[in-house]
Amino acid sequence: MSMNLMQQVVMICMVILGTMITRFLPFLIFTSDRPTPKYVQFLGKLLPSAALGMLVIYCLKDVSLFTGNHAIPELISIMVVILLHLWKRQMLISIAGGTIFYMILIQLIF
Amino acid sequence: MEKRNKIKKAFGAAFPHTIPIFAGFTFLGIAYGIYMNVSGFSPMYPALMSLTIFAGSVEFVAVNLLLGAFNPLNALIITLMINSRHLFYGISMLDKYKGTGLKKFYLIFGMCDESFSINYTANIPRDVDKGWFMFFVTMLNHLYWFFGATIGGVFGSLVKFNTNGLEFVMTALFVVIFLEQWMKETTHHSALIGLGLSLLCLILFGGENFIIPSMLMILGTLTLMKKPLEKVGVYECQ
Repeated sequence: MSMNLMQQVVMICMVILGTMITRFLPFLIFTSDRPTPKYVQFLGKLLPSAALGMLVIYCLKDVSLFTGNHAIPELISIMVVILLHLWKRQMLISIAGGTIFYMILIQLIF
Repeated sequence: MEKRNKIKKAFGAAFPHTIPIFAGFTFLGIAYGIYMNVSGFSPMYPALMSLTIFAGSVEFVAVNLLLGAFNPLNALIITLMINSRHLFYGISMLDKYKGTGLKKFYLIFGMCDESFSINYTANIPRDVDKGWFMFFVTMLNHLYWFFGATIGGVFGSLVKFNTNGLEFVMTALFVVIFLEQWMKETTHHSALIGLGLSLLCLILFGGENFIIPSMLMILGTLTLMKKPLEKVGVYECQ
């Protein structure tokens, strides 16, 4: 390993600092004692749905549509999760069912 | 005594929500621990890093940073880029984390993808203390991640069970949470904007670089649609 312990600690602290900046910044800018600007309130109301959508795509960031399995196992398994959830509406059944289905798909078929 | 009951009740309400995360984080944590192990780091590294950083994807990247050249500024910039999505979570949680006292500091510290999505969407029963509920969701997630990372770091090379594909548990979790939010809301403009623009950016920019353009496009589109959205009553000014 090329870095010494002190340098490693500095690098890790940078990662901690970066993570904390992204988490604390909105709370530091829009503190409780001042009223939150209308535009930010608007964002606070609409952003969550968009952020959750972005998170779904974020999970698929290492899957390629154009090479390999063309994301087919992922797309089928997501359909399974959605169908299970619409049918039973039990979070754990949908998640466990979809995951086991995906594992079978990529271990035995693809 | 009453306070103890309140805390107990919040724990009981929070725990079931975190069970999928237990599965996901134990697995991903173990994977991360193994990765550190085979990269030549002692188990102390994944154990301490999972406690102090608590942001899955960036911790995998941190392994590469530690193996590369000593460049703190580079490490900071990469971390800011990967974790920029937390800014969206923060803006969304401004109100929810209000009035949680000292716990607020920890809630923000531990606001990973999973803590955010559960704490934002969970229907917390009326008689359960919201602050403690969100505190336990965050703390349990933190513990699972630490537990997995440490196990992986210590027993790394001994895992024999074919776990290929288990990482899909996180995708499934977010699909379910997205679906729950979808069923709760009356209009789906924002959800479709988030899903569509992120997918577009993923195709255009690739997995490494799509987050920032996605966020900018989502912000821009929502801003442009502020007036028309207000008209259809999606958002009312207080």
